[in-house]
Amino acid sequence: MVKFMLNGQEVVSKSQANQRLLDVLRHEFRITGVKCGCKEGECGACSVILDGKLVNSCLVALGSIEGSTVTTIEGYRETERYAALDKAYASVSAVQCGFCIPGMILASECILAKNPNPTEAEIRAGISGNLCRCTGYNAIVKAISIAAEEGKGLW
Amino acid sequence: MEAISKPVKKKDHDSKLSGRALYVDDHVLEGMLLGRLLHSAKAKARITRIILPELPEGYYVVDKNDVPGINQVHIVQDDTPIYVEDTVEYVGDPILMVVGPELKEVERILNEIVVVYEELVPVLDMLKSDTVFFNYNYAKGDIRKALKEADRVFIETFQTGYQEQAYLETQGMLAYPHAGRMTVRGSLQCPYYVHGAVAKALGYEEKDVQIIQDVTGGGFGGKEAFPSILACQTAVVAKKANKPVKVIFERREDMEFTSKRHPSICTYKVAVKDGEITGMDIDVLFNSGAYTTLSPVVLQRGMICANGVYRLDNLRVVGRAVKTNTVPCGAHRGFGAPQTFFAVEMMMNHLAKEMGLDSLELKQKYMVKQGDSTSTGGKYHFHVPLPEMIEQIEELTNYREKRRQYRNQTGRYRKGIGMSRFFHGCGFTGSGERDIIKAVVRIRKNPDDTVEILASNSDIGQGLKTTFSKIVADTLGISLDRVLIENPDTDRVPDSGPTVASRSLMTVGGLLKRAADRLKQEWQAGEEQVIEEHFVEPDFVIPFSIVEFKGDAYPTYSWSVNAIEVEVDTLTATTKILGAWGTFDVGVPVDMNIILGQMEGGFLQGIGYASMEEMNCNEQGMIRNNSFSDYIIPTALDVPNLVTKIINNPYTHGPYGAKGAGELPLVGAAPAYVEAMENALGVNLNKAPFTPEDTMRVLLGGLN
Repeated sequence: MVKFMLNGQEVVSKSQANQRLLDVLRHEFRITGVKCGCKEGECGACSVILDGKLVNSCLVALGSIEGSTVTTIEGYRETERYAALDKAYASVSAVQCGFCIPGMILASECILAKNPNPTEAEIRAGISGNLCRCTGYNAIVKAISIAAEEGKGLW
Repeated sequence: MEAISKPVKKKDHDSKLSGRALYVDDHVLEGMLLGRLLHSAKAKARITRIILPELPEGYYVVDKNDVPGINQVHIVQDDTPIYVEDTVEYVGDPILMVVGPELKEVERILNEIVVVYEELVPVLDMLKSDTVFFNYNYAKGDIRKALKEADRVFIETFQTGYQEQAYLETQGMLAYPHAGRMTVRGSLQCPYYVHGAVAKALGYEEKDVQIIQDVTGGGFGGKEAFPSILACQTAVVAKKANKPVKVIFERREDMEFTSKRHPSICTYKVAVKDGEITGMDIDVLFNSGAYTTLSPVVLQRGMICANGVYRLDNLRVVGRAVKTNTVPCGAHRGFGAPQTFFAVEMMMNHLAKEMGLDSLELKQKYMVKQGDSTSTGGKYHFHVPLPEMIEQIEELTNYREKRRQYRNQTGRYRKGIGMSRFFHGCGFTGSGERDIIKAVVRIRKNPDDTVEILASNSDIGQGLKTTFSKIVADTLGISLDRVLIENPDTDRVPDSGPTVASRSLMTVGGLLKRAADRLKQEWQAGEEQVIEEHFVEPDFVIPFSIVEFKGDAYPTYSWSVNAIEVEVDTLTATTKILGAWGTFDVGVPVDMNIILGQMEGGFLQGIGYASMEEMNCNEQGMIRNNSFSDYIIPTALDVPNLVTKIINNPYTHGPYGAKGAGELPLVGAAPAYVEAMENALGVNLNKAPFTPEDTMRVLLGGLN
């Protein structure tokens, strides 16, 4: 039994402590915004925010997160910051197949939470753990900088 | 910018951004079983025995004996088994599937199965293949005479490797039987390809099979033919278990055992007389892998592009796709063209050096223009914008000056720049559209005056839901939200053909435009109306004959020029890409953001192919690079300075002037990159990808 905060609610997982957080979220809690792309920490599709940091949930054992706070796209999409990113991503059509996008949005949040005025290089470094095969990244980088500009004060 | 090009919020933006979009793995059905395949561990062997452990209740093993219909997947030819018969032909050949309620238990059972093989000698090297799956040849002029009369004949061989599509969502399928029918849904590009294949596998009438495309996490060709295989396997299991069955590939399984870009070896023999190129004699060899899949069509496209964008009076192209005991290759964005465009561009670079010219100077001299004949005796019917594209790239990069500067460098850091020119033939090769596909679309106006698009083309990220809807909305003069479009479901949509070959927008979008034009004329407020349109070949097309390999292989072409600038660290052999510039002519963009996204994404995928995406087999025929740890694709840090420009060159026969777009940007990255490496290293190079290991070999004085 592992207790943690999931998208603002306290939850108790009955899964085994050695389970990947990714699998616990998808199978036990039916959180499908967390995507499985590789299960080895390379692609970032399963990114979640764990105690304020972006992590690959496939590399986190459930047993290690007792008392922690986990945010997935399902929780994050209710925020004002999400709304700012939503608008920015839409304005440059940064979403193609969409599979990397929930992770990419959470990566965007972590970049801006750390630095509300990131340079392009900082944005690129901040999403470099999240693979996208569709966009070539330009539109995503642009979306994050638009969100930073238009969403001043939110971060 | 034309009015239609003005970007809109994409139709699928909200559901994908918010994580609400459901991909196949996100579906959980009542009583659903999960399956995993047992793949062959040998490249060529006879299976003498399979020893199964005792199966717990509710677990099944399914193999060739359970296929109710024909144990062959219908692709082009039907040689791909659903489950292998008595022999295996590559490491990965599907032997059986284990299914049950718990994946862990399925995996335990899978690990306990013993397959006894009688090993045979596999053919792993395409040069040693004794089985030619497909061969074609065509010629124009008199190549023999040109070679005989030449002052000099240059012969070179060029090699390209596998490229994995590396869509972020792995292959996945979900099948469920109900009321004597079978529904299969999943990650796929071509619902009707899957539909035909599943009906044959189950021995069902077509009306008893329903295929639904789920939101698809990228395709790039990798979900053109392969989903037919997985759908057949899954449907057979669902039929036997009489329960819903879901199969989702692991990343390593996907990388090792699903189709990729064909490795190639192309040999060019070029005749030069009095300082002029008088002919090319080209041999194209593609490694098909163990089964034929889409190899004939990939080979055709590759061969048609073998002389690049150059006018040659004497040309002969001979092509073969051969069998090896390796993973079957298939469609990948570009579809045979990246291989031969790489070869011809590099050949021209090397010829220029021999003639004491810069490559650009030589290439400009031979570039095709409107009215010229194509390699197969068709015609470039429309304006060829290459000259202005080259000048645009020159302005962006100061190309000619840099080429001069970067000659004969010394020191640790050395720069280089290269440029490629290329096209992508829009739509199906040859007469496929007219003779095989015969696309049909419908639009339905509902009594509330909303209009639904009914077509079988899938949005796999390329924005088709949005661009199709824009065409219909704009034509009818109604707002975009009054146009409805769902993921295709074969129970609801006609067969408007597959989502491939840069055809969807140009061809099917064109049919939708026509349907919308008609609906506008016949519009009756408050009434339900259905309009259907069928493909008609444009009358200017010179009919293509595959037997003679002659005629217009494509109605029109999309054009592009790329330049890439690099800096090589000669101490570490690593390369930094200082900039990548591409200018693209895809006709009128039906949405500027979407087209830029396609160009940027495809260009970066091409740069990956050129520079880092190395994949090969070991001596047992196993793919060595089966994960994102071993098969490196570009991240956001690899090409920060990637610049794309769109030129306006409307295609009179495309909807709003649009033509094919999706594949073009991948095609020319490799020759631009490798030419930049030649410029930096001061040597001739003949292979792609050209990786840091290759650079190291050059720096150590070895062969490239």
